[in-house]
Amino acid sequence: MSITYLEAIREAQARALADDPRVFIYGQDVGAFGGAFKATKNLAVEFPGRVMDAPISEDAMVGAAIGAAIEGLRPIVEMQFADFSTPGLNQIINHAATLHWRTNVPCPITIRLPSGGTSGGGPFHSQSMEAIYAHYPGLIVMTPATVEDAYSMLLEAVAIDDPVIFCEHKLLYYHLKAEGLPTEAMPVGKAHIHRPGRDLTIVAYSAMLHEALAAAEEMAGEGVEIEVVDLRTIKPLDTDTVVASVARTGRLLCVGEAWPWGGVTAEVIARVATEGFDLLDAPPQRLNAKDTPIPYHPNLWAVHRPTARSIAAAARNLLRM
Amino acid sequence: MLQTVESRERADIASSFRDQYLKAFRFMVLSRVLDEKMASLYRGGKIHGGVFLGRGQEALSVSVGLALRKGDIFAPLIRDGAGRLAFGESVLDAVRTYFGSAAGPMRGRDGNVHRGRPRDGLFSMISHLGAMISVVNGALLARRYKKIEGTVGATCIGDGGTSTGAFHEALNQAAVEKLPLVLVVANNQYAYSTPNSRQFACRDLADKAIGYGVTAHKVDGTDLEKCLHTLQDAVAQARAGGGPQLVVAQLLRLCGHGEHDKAEYISAQFKQSPVGRDCMKVAEEYLRALGWADASAIRKFREDATLEVEQAVAQAQREPGPDVAAENWCALASRHLSERFETPDPAA
Repeated sequence: MSITYLEAIREAQARALADDPRVFIYGQDVGAFGGAFKATKNLAVEFPGRVMDAPISEDAMVGAAIGAAIEGLRPIVEMQFADFSTPGLNQIINHAATLHWRTNVPCPITIRLPSGGTSGGGPFHSQSMEAIYAHYPGLIVMTPATVEDAYSMLLEAVAIDDPVIFCEHKLLYYHLKAEGLPTEAMPVGKAHIHRPGRDLTIVAYSAMLHEALAAAEEMAGEGVEIEVVDLRTIKPLDTDTVVASVARTGRLLCVGEAWPWGGVTAEVIARVATEGFDLLDAPPQRLNAKDTPIPYHPNLWAVHRPTARSIAAAARNLLRM
Repeated sequence: MLQTVESRERADIASSFRDQYLKAFRFMVLSRVLDEKMASLYRGGKIHGGVFLGRGQEALSVSVGLALRKGDIFAPLIRDGAGRLAFGESVLDAVRTYFGSAAGPMRGRDGNVHRGRPRDGLFSMISHLGAMISVVNGALLARRYKKIEGTVGATCIGDGGTSTGAFHEALNQAAVEKLPLVLVVANNQYAYSTPNSRQFACRDLADKAIGYGVTAHKVDGTDLEKCLHTLQDAVAQARAGGGPQLVVAQLLRLCGHGEHDKAEYISAQFKQSPVGRDCMKVAEEYLRALGWADASAIRKFREDATLEVEQAVAQAQREPGPDVAAENWCALASRHLSERFETPDPAA
C-alpha cells in the first residue's frame, strides 16, 4: 500500500492525537472540512473536540497555542499557507520562541507551514519561510523532504518541548509516495546523505532534495559522482555531516528554494568556509530562487526556482573551477 | 423576624465589603510605596533599564487582582503592580526582577514589568501590546479542554493597545469561543504621548463591545468602590458562563510612560478634571468619611508597606546577579537540540 507525503502528515497527526491526550489541532478550516489541503481529513470525526476551526486570525491562533502550551497541552497549529504565518510572526518569534528562556516554562507547540512553490501559486501562496524562523533563537525548524521524514519528524515535532516550525512542501503533497509508514527514524537534527559520491557535494532540503537527486542522476551519466546531503532540519543545522561530506568531495553546491539573502544556503556556506576552508578545492557555490516575488505563470515560475537542470549546470561549472 | 435576618445580612455584606475595601486599599498603598521606591532607585542609577509605574491606576488594577481567585489566570500589563500583589505576586519577585537578581523569577534574563510565574497563572507579558489576550484565551481553552470548570482569565491593556490587530483578533476569538475572559482597558488618556484623539475615533471604547458580541462595563477608574463592584460583577458574569467581558475604565496616568518621561504632554485640563483625581486620595477620603480608617491607621498602612518594601530591596540588593560563567546560553528546553556554533570564537 503506497502512501503520499500529505497522507503521511495526516497519519502522523492522527497518531499524535491517538497517543497523547494533550495534543489538539487548531487552524482555519481544519475541522469538518479537513483543511485546505485535507491534511486533517476526518480527524475532527475521529477525535471529537480536538480539531478546532479558528477564525482568520493567525496572531490569535499562535497566541492561543502558547496559552494552551503553558497549561500543559501540545497544540498543532495549521497555517493555511506558510505565507500567511507572517500575521502570526509576532507571537511566534517574540512570544513562543522566548517563553522558555524567559520563564523556564516550555512552549511545546508545532506550527505547520504548507510551504514552497507550485505552478500557479503566485507571490502569496508559494513562499519558503524557513530562514526567517531559523534566524530567531528558541525555535526548531524542520524541512522534511521524504514521506518517511514527513511522518516521523512531525511526530518528533509534537513530542519536542520547544516550538517547532514544520515546513512541509506543497509540491510533494500528492506526488511523493512511499510504500508505507516508517517504523524507525533518524534523530532530529541529523542530516542524511541521500546519495553518496566523491566529486561534489550538493546540500539541499525539502523539495530541492528531489531536484538535486535528479541532477545527480543526470550527471552520473556523464561519469560524475555527486554526493547529495539532505539537511532535514534547518535548525539545528548538522554542520558536521556537511563538513565531512565536503572533506570527501572538496566541492560544495548549496541549493535552496528560498530567496538567497541571508538564507539557509548562505548559512551553510558560511559554516563550511569558516570550519572547513582548507577542505575546499573551489569556491563554494549556491543556487537559490531569483530575488523577486514568486511569479504566477508556469513559464516564469519554472525558471524562478532552482531545478534539476539549473542545478546540473551549476554543478558542471563548479567542477570546472 | 424576616426583617431582622435581612438587616443582619445587610450588615454582613457591609462588613464584608469594608474588609475587602481595606484589603484593596492596603495593596494599593503597597504598590504605590513599591513604585516610589523603584523610582527613587532609578533616579539613583541603581536600576538597569526602565522603571514603569502604576500611579493613578491602582484602584482599577487592584480590583482585577482581587476579583480573581486561586486557579484563575491573570496577564497583567505595564501598570498593574497593585493587581499583581492582589493576585499573589510577592514584593520580592518584583524587586528581584528590577534588580535582575538570579534568584528572581526571570533570573536576570528579563526585567522590570516583564515578570511572572506562568505555571501559577500569573503570565509574563511581552512588550507587544495585545499579545497577552490570545494567550489567556488559549489557557482558558486548555482549561475547558481539560474539563476544569470555573476558571476566569483576566488581562489588562491601555487605550493605545486597543488599536492593535492583536487586540481585535483576540477579543473576536474569545467571543467566538465564548471564553470566560475579562479584558480590562485602562483608558489613561495617553499612549505614551499620544492622546485619545489620535488613537481612536469611536465615542467610547466600551462601544467596541457590541461589535464583538461581548458585554461592556464602564467604570470611573479613580473610584475604588466602583472599581471593586464593577470587576467583581464582570468576573462573576464571566465565571457564570456569560462569555467575554470588556471593562473600560476612565482615569489618568499620574506619571510618565516610564520614569525617563516627564510627561509634559499631559494637559493641565485633565489633571484638574475628575478623571485626573488620584485614586489613592479618593480612597483615603472614602475610608475616613465612613470611619473605616483614620489618619493614623492609614499612616500605619504606609509604614507597614515601607517596611516590607525596604526589606525586599535590602535582600535583593545583597543577591548576586546572574553568573555569566553558569549561563548555558541555550534558548531551547531541548538542550540536546541547541544550535552548536562551534566555529572558533574569533574574539577569544
